[in-house]
Amino acid sequence: MLNLTPKEVSKRSALRINPLRTCQPVGAMYAALGVHGCLPHSHGSQGCCSYHRTFLTRHFKDPAIASSSSFTEGASVFGGGANLKTAVRNIFDIYDPEIIAVHTTCLSETIGDDLTGYIQDAKITEGKYVVHTNTPSYVGSHITGYANMISGFIKYLSESTGDKNGKLAVFPGFVNPGDMREMKRIMTLMGIPFTMLPDSSGVMDSPMTGTYEMFPRGGTTVAEIIDLGNCQSALALGEMTSEAPAETLEKKCKVPYQTLPLPIGVESTDAFIMALNHFCKEEVPYALEEERGQLLDIMLDSSQYSHEKTAAIFGDPDTVLGITQFVLEMGMIPKYVVTGTPGSTFDKRVTELFEKYQVEGCVVKSASDLFELHQWIKNDPVDVMIGGTYGKAVARAEDIPLVRAGFPIIDRYVHSYLPIVGYKGAMRLIELILTAIMDRQDRDCADEDFEIVM
Amino acid sequence: MKCGNEILPERIESIRYSQCSGDGSGIKCESESVSGAVSQRACVYCGARVVLNPITDAFHIVHGPIGCASYTWDIRGSLSSGDEGYRNSYSTDLRETDVIFGGEKKLTAAIDEVMARHSPRVIFIYATCIVGVIGDDIDAICRNAEEKYQIRVIPVKSPGFSGTKKTGYKMACNAIMNLITPSILPEKTADVNILGDFNLAGEMWIIKNYLRKIGISVAANITGDARVDDLKNAPAAKLNLVQCAGSMTYLAKQMEETFAIPFIKISFFGVTDTSDSLLRIAYATGDKNVIERAKAFIEEEKNRVIPLLDKYRKNLVGKKAAIYVGGGFKAISLIRQFNEFGMKTVMVGTQTGSKEDYELIQHLVDEDAVILDDANPAELEAFMTEMGADILVGGVKERPLAYKLGIAFCDHNHERKHPLSGYEGTLNFASEINLSMNSPVWEIISQGGMKYV
Ligand code: SF4
Ligand code: SF4
Repeated sequence: MLNLTPKEVSKRSALRINPLRTCQPVGAMYAALGVHGCLPHSHGSQGCCSYHRTFLTRHFKDPAIASSSSFTEGASVFGGGANLKTAVRNIFDIYDPEIIAVHTTCLSETIGDDLTGYIQDAKITEGKYVVHTNTPSYVGSHITGYANMISGFIKYLSESTGDKNGKLAVFPGFVNPGDMREMKRIMTLMGIPFTMLPDSSGVMDSPMTGTYEMFPRGGTTVAEIIDLGNCQSALALGEMTSEAPAETLEKKCKVPYQTLPLPIGVESTDAFIMALNHFCKEEVPYALEEERGQLLDIMLDSSQYSHEKTAAIFGDPDTVLGITQFVLEMGMIPKYVVTGTPGSTFDKRVTELFEKYQVEGCVVKSASDLFELHQWIKNDPVDVMIGGTYGKAVARAEDIPLVRAGFPIIDRYVHSYLPIVGYKGAMRLIELILTAIMDRQDRDCADEDFEIVM
Repeated sequence: MKCGNEILPERIESIRYSQCSGDGSGIKCESESVSGAVSQRACVYCGARVVLNPITDAFHIVHGPIGCASYTWDIRGSLSSGDEGYRNSYSTDLRETDVIFGGEKKLTAAIDEVMARHSPRVIFIYATCIVGVIGDDIDAICRNAEEKYQIRVIPVKSPGFSGTKKTGYKMACNAIMNLITPSILPEKTADVNILGDFNLAGEMWIIKNYLRKIGISVAANITGDARVDDLKNAPAAKLNLVQCAGSMTYLAKQMEETFAIPFIKISFFGVTDTSDSLLRIAYATGDKNVIERAKAFIEEEKNRVIPLLDKYRKNLVGKKAAIYVGGGFKAISLIRQFNEFGMKTVMVGTQTGSKEDYELIQHLVDEDAVILDDANPAELEAFMTEMGADILVGGVKERPLAYKLGIAFCDHNHERKHPLSGYEGTLNFASEINLSMNSPVWEIISQGGMKYV
């Protein structure tokens, strides 16, 4: 199946085949769902909104709620001002969220709708909020949209009163609710007061209770977002996702920030914990020390199975960068490292890793697609692929095990509940990778090489 | 909720609830969604794409920004017995400069790049929302490409805002007509065409197999598991069988006009509908032999299947079903099926049902059943809870909603896991809803999801 990919790599300038990214609004929608009592609103035609909701639902296996301006021919000619006005009124009347987070679509961007003006003109119920961000999909990717939406919340809401609240502001990056829970667990263990924006835990992984809550318990509250402006400092996790919102907060409220990679693997988690430690200045609790030691123990015990194994890693830039760092720590060779999101920072950071670990013959590429990755693999295969569901067609065609990590994963369950960040997340990741490699060995080896103890 | 404040005033006419709109004026449907609604509906492009996508040896290039292509990449579950090319995603991935300077050059180059690697017979070019706004002349580009490569390059202008999913079906039907209309009408054969089955989970194969058994051969499958060459045989057929009436009646009418092929509407969901349809098809051929064979086949299948169904029946009898699906025709079939199982349909909604569909639905369900057009999750939730539904039949967006409410679920959309058409499909369907309603998990959560609070 899907073996239409020719081996010969030829130049393409116009055709995108099997994309490794999607459009800004879906990221904006996910970010907005991480705010408590927030209804994401898609300003454009209905189809976009419907696709974005479906996409998120497929990944999280949880309802993704969002409304749409439902553009018609008229709106596409005269602008969507009237649609937005009606939408805001209807939304507060019926769904009664605390806040509406509007994002644009290609269409409303192309016709040049002025959202700032529309929102100023809209009737907003006392004590309620409407914010917006621009998310043209012909720029960036869903990662850009995610970052833009977070910045949008800050621009509209965050204020600095001059009284510091003693908290750390944390931008978790484009990660699963399970990852956000793990980050929060670590910070709580370390006794750090924090506000995380967004926080989709308790929303996109909400429990079965027998009642449907349109606005589940989780999510960063509006009050917390307002108070972000009073945070002591901020931590942007994932340079390519979180730096922009951190910068916005610094500009608006003078909250200084530090950028770190997503805490995936040993070194990046160390850096995260060091930064937290710097903030609270108390001793790192033994529990974390212990987890770290366990992780190292596992890496050592299993190293004969991971050492020198080659991997193709694909997906979102910060996640891929994090996983690349970790597989290098495991002694693996990240032969192909690609993201669909454009931006040279990715190439630069990954190249730095290649140099640091002195691996040779590895390739990195941003703004790439799965078709291209498939061609490379056809010419020179790898032992394991690490990324989202869409890689499975390549994995099948080339008979390579696929480890599912990142976004979107639409063909498996549980993944979004469990972390890949922190030491615990690294343990999970190494288990996934080793199991894939070792299952393969069990399957493929000759009878006489078949081992019970490995 | 009794006509409560959870329904937008604009929405009242789109809901028939015995206590709300008893004026008998029928339901408001086939209209645009309300701004601000959390609608479950998709767009024109989506409609066009789902109809054309199962043409397995065609190339489908989405001319637009990347999202529209990403979301429609291999999600539909239409199976192929041969080519797999349609399962790749091709897009021009329009960027900012293209939006400013136009995307025509890029589209031309994209076609060239496809032609450099592959040798498709047909390329469909879908133009999504912004293409019209930036003013690309995709007709001209397609014409030029046809000349240059001597293949068919067919534009499908399907900006999302230009209507509902149904408009998209029409666009797709036009594209199909464009593809299959020959310069001279061919001699008629005794074959039939099947319209409006997309071979989800292999359903087209079931139907074709039935027809083969009763002595009818199929010229073209439109579009499940279709190949361009087969499609081109369609004009020679003497009868069109229309399964998904919502998407394909338009095409059937066009084919009737242009190729003089009459059509009948059929449905292969449920024992009753399947048997009726087979008989009607047989009678429509006017061939005695076929009629005899059909009767015998139906007898045989009924004898085989009904005892098996009865085993499920005892678990299903008296249970309440809620339906939320795309088209009206499917909803009608489902109501009939639930009747067969001894179940009661308490809520029926569709995204794009027509007036006639809703009228028929009103006749099929009880007085107090809720009927709604283009519903939002809040309405679905309120009515399912109020009516005490035991199971919801719907699509991907409704699944988690149902589960959160503690209601069983069956996907009757793109993500169906087993074929649901024909006699074996009815068995699958019964088994699936039985499994979903009787999963041991319900036992654990029957006291409510929360144990300690
Ligand atoms: S039009 Fe733009 S926003 Fe809408 S789905 Fe396509 S890429 Fe995404
Ligand atoms: S941009 Fe238009 S065509 Fe594309 S998904 Fe959105 S509504 Fe549909």
